[in-house]
Amino acid sequence: MSMAVDGRRRGSLAIGAVRRDFAPWADPGAIPLIRFEQVTKRYGEVTAVDNLSLDIYEREFFCLLGPSGCGKTTLMRMLAGFEAASEGRIVLAGQDLSGVPPYRRPVNMMFQSYALFPHMSVERNIAFGLEQDRLPKAEIADRVVEMLRLVQLEPFARRRPSQLSGGQRQRVALARALAKRPKVLLLDEPLGALDKKLREETQFELMDLQVKLGMTFLVVTHDQEEAMTMADRIAVMDHGRIVQVATPGEIYEQPASRYVAEFIGDVNILEGKVIAAGEGRCTLAVADAPEPVSVAGVAEPLSPGREVALALRPEKLVLTQEEPPPHTPNVFAGTIWDIGYLGDWTIYLVRLASGKTLRVSRANVTRFVERPLSWDDKVFVHFAPEAGVVLTR
Amino acid sequence: MDVAPRPPDRGALGRAPSALVPAVPFLWLAFFFLVPFAIVFKIALSEPATAQPPYRPVFDLSQGFEGLREAFSQLSFYNFTLLLEDSLYFSSFISSLRIAAVSTVLLLAIGFPIAYAMAKAPERWRPTLLMLVILPFWTSFLIRVYAWIGILKPEGLLSALLINLGLISEPLQIMNTDTAVFIGIVYSYLPFMVLPLYATLEKFDYTLLEAAEDLGCPPWRAFWRITVPLAMPGVLAGCLLCFIPVVGEFVIPDLLGGSETLMIGRTLWSEFFSNRDWPLASAVAVVLLVLLVGPIVAYRDIEARRWEKAQ
Repeated sequence: MSMAVDGRRRGSLAIGAVRRDFAPWADPGAIPLIRFEQVTKRYGEVTAVDNLSLDIYEREFFCLLGPSGCGKTTLMRMLAGFEAASEGRIVLAGQDLSGVPPYRRPVNMMFQSYALFPHMSVERNIAFGLEQDRLPKAEIADRVVEMLRLVQLEPFARRRPSQLSGGQRQRVALARALAKRPKVLLLDEPLGALDKKLREETQFELMDLQVKLGMTFLVVTHDQEEAMTMADRIAVMDHGRIVQVATPGEIYEQPASRYVAEFIGDVNILEGKVIAAGEGRCTLAVADAPEPVSVAGVAEPLSPGREVALALRPEKLVLTQEEPPPHTPNVFAGTIWDIGYLGDWTIYLVRLASGKTLRVSRANVTRFVERPLSWDDKVFVHFAPEAGVVLTR
Repeated sequence: MDVAPRPPDRGALGRAPSALVPAVPFLWLAFFFLVPFAIVFKIALSEPATAQPPYRPVFDLSQGFEGLREAFSQLSFYNFTLLLEDSLYFSSFISSLRIAAVSTVLLLAIGFPIAYAMAKAPERWRPTLLMLVILPFWTSFLIRVYAWIGILKPEGLLSALLINLGLISEPLQIMNTDTAVFIGIVYSYLPFMVLPLYATLEKFDYTLLEAAEDLGCPPWRAFWRITVPLAMPGVLAGCLLCFIPVVGEFVIPDLLGGSETLMIGRTLWSEFFSNRDWPLASAVAVVLLVLLVGPIVAYRDIEARRWEKAQ
């Protein structure tokens, strides 16, 4: 079974940025808007989606995240109706979608290539879906103006798509998909074709838009930053299965597996063995550390002798030139192997005695540093017991 | 700022070839189209004569300037007025245009599904399919049209097949009729319709159809609203490539058509070779050319406007 893995919560401590009072997935009484029920999709010998179950709730901004070929696009195309599930079913607002053709589904999609009709003006593109519903002419005209205003393209109404910039085309595609007020808006790599600066701006615009319209957004992306910024929840996919469904904060701070920890952000993975465990704490023997390592906030019960991985995020490691005071837990000694200066952050690669390299990042909070670290400096790295995550998978 | 390096100055001789490139098509047109056209036009303004060549006047430079002026004064538009007076020419033109128009519609109706299927076929099959479309060109056009006589004549292959299948009891009487001409034209010109259509449809972005469907447009409607408008350049090119040569077609109506199949190509031929009236035949040729240049100019105009719009 590859059932959705729920993000685990740690007592009353919150993780990441959360929309206050919005967590329908945590409410057992809430009825999901979209249900994927044990959906499998095979292309000949290849299984693109493997017995996958997933619930998405109304007004959620949901991201399917994974590398190319993980099945995320297939999953979205099945919801849009372009592919039929080999097994299982997809339910939208209580209606089983099996056999419903794409043109009768109350979902609209923004295509990765935008797929704007090149022979129609911007306004004709936006009106296209409304015309299919045979709405009165006046209503169509009103709705087109409303959409143009929403995406700030009023002066471009009569232009052809070929006369627009990439960012403007993206807005037209968005307006066209929103015009029919679908129950769910599907966005296939919505920002993939934009340059970095525009991508960041557009991320926030999409989030604002989604809250303003109160619509359910389902985004497919391979860009973890995009998913982390925009989503209420993320489903991380691998080989047609979902490996974790959780809020961005939980995905980052409490990854369910090594795959998730490594896919989202940077991470140091240390191999270890459990010496003692209990009450959310454990002590590990780690090959790269001279002394046992203690970890707090362990989510699952562990028994001594179990082989585990310890995941440490670079920004949660503390780097010092002086030896930390005695009884500081989890101290590693090493030398600076390499430095990457990024402006806001500096990345240090610290080579340990065992030969293992730890990645440590430090925010450059001041402009000038008294004794800057340099190559081959002797340094110490330590981390709080709460900073590490024990991974059993 | 970087300054793009100036191309080395190769001098007048070095630049000459690139300046000549646009001149090549113009020179080609001048020598092989404009000059012959001027000659034909001059013959059209002459009158027939029992002589060698069979028309008068003949420009003779040895007669000097006076002789040329004398010859020019003898030219007249008499043959063109004759074309208007004798209904044979008018009905030949009309009949040719009608046959060409019907054939073009038939070609489009048959060629579009073929081109569409080819464009949608798996990529590894496409070169083979393309090859099959142009394969008939490996055989002489004349032989292929002759082969149709063997198929279409009453005791031919088609009648024999249908009688043996029990679908008909009498031999088919389609040889030497307009039907046979249509069959011959559609068969012969199909590649000229399929190739430009295929070229357009192969570049067509089929996610546009998905987008249309996603927006609530059923596939059959999406075909008319998205596929057809975007395939228009190919449709126009294919129709012109078929319509224009079919109007002047001579071999197919002569071999497969009956005595009542009136086409301007045949009229032209009989004026030239049966009546030996070169001036009148030339006048027919000139009018035919003017008629056919019309659609080409219109097409060019449409294309130019489309191009402008896309900018």
